[in-house]
Amino acid sequence: MKQLRYGLLFLSSLMIAPIASAPLDDLNALQQHFFTQFPTLSRQDFANGVYALDSDAKQSWLAIEQFPPYEIAIDLGKQLFTHPFSNGLHYGDCFPDYQQGISQHYPYWDLKTQTVITLSQAINRCRQQNQAPPLPPTSRALINLTAYLTFLSRDKPIAITVPPEPGARAAYQHGKKYYHQRRGQLNFSCASCHVQNAGKRLRTETLSPLLGQTSNWPTYRLKWGRVGTLHQRFIGCHQQIKAQAAAPQSEIFRNLEYYMSYISNGLPVNGPSIRK
Amino acid sequence: MSSIKIRTKRQADSTQIRTLIAHPMETGLNTDSKTKKTIAAHFIQQLTVRHNDIIIVTTDLASGISRNPYFSFEMKGGEPGDKITIQWTDNQGNSDSQDTLIQ
Repeated sequence: MKQLRYGLLFLSSLMIAPIASAPLDDLNALQQHFFTQFPTLSRQDFANGVYALDSDAKQSWLAIEQFPPYEIAIDLGKQLFTHPFSNGLHYGDCFPDYQQGISQHYPYWDLKTQTVITLSQAINRCRQQNQAPPLPPTSRALINLTAYLTFLSRDKPIAITVPPEPGARAAYQHGKKYYHQRRGQLNFSCASCHVQNAGKRLRTETLSPLLGQTSNWPTYRLKWGRVGTLHQRFIGCHQQIKAQAAAPQSEIFRNLEYYMSYISNGLPVNGPSIRK
Repeated sequence: MSSIKIRTKRQADSTQIRTLIAHPMETGLNTDSKTKKTIAAHFIQQLTVRHNDIIIVTTDLASGISRNPYFSFEMKGGEPGDKITIQWTDNQGNSDSQDTLIQ
């Protein structure tokens, strides 16, 4: 009986182990998985998403990149960023290192508020500190501001940290669980398509690997005809598997972004970009 | 900030002129999702391209063109330093113009 109980304990610990493993182990395991699955791709290539796998699509993407439609968003973002608040201060006062590029460090775990802070939220926090009302998560102004800041971070390696703090670990695990949990009428998890079946075809589309899914946001999607956010893309994913989606900048989406960005650590930021 | 971005590229015996214009290009058939009111038609009607102040392209556009449209033209000849002017007029009477020199 005792032996059986130990056996069960051992089995259950085996089942829990992959869920609660340390973030760095997840990162190494997943990156190694994709590097062995796509041996011809370099670490940098993964930041290009599906275009790293599909040479025809890459050609048309590069053609658009010669005169990219997101340039308008970057220009408008720069204009907003350099425009002073009513108290005379600038966004630059909240983000002193913005010219060196800061977006590769977002999202991060904020010790004070015990929550994951995304770049959009950091911009809104800066506005609140300067007596300006926060911008809605999918507003043009906020997207343009993030587009400008992301542009300044181009080619900087993504550097997300998950501190050993229990709250940060919990947020990471929350995001990870969400990515790997099945949901919706079609009963898919994010990982069903983007880990187990990455690189394969789903109807006419190639499935992008998890590695590099966050590097290019905000992105100009041809489907949207404008620059949009990662959280808007999450909602699109949910619709495709007929699942209920959370709101942009909700806790679960921020945690999900935290997990996904952490796994892409070391890949270059290449946003804003263009995706189909 | 001008609404027109222009890029030129010299090729063997021609010049490629590309332009990206920031414009809403509203058809007049869309409704605002919040106010439920129809958004007034607002689109570029005429676009002209000039090479050293001589019109080389005139286009009549309608509401079927996408938001922030992109156009590309091939021009025979073209020397470095030549002036390219692109100008648009929309149905609400607004207009904008931008010059660039061929590199």
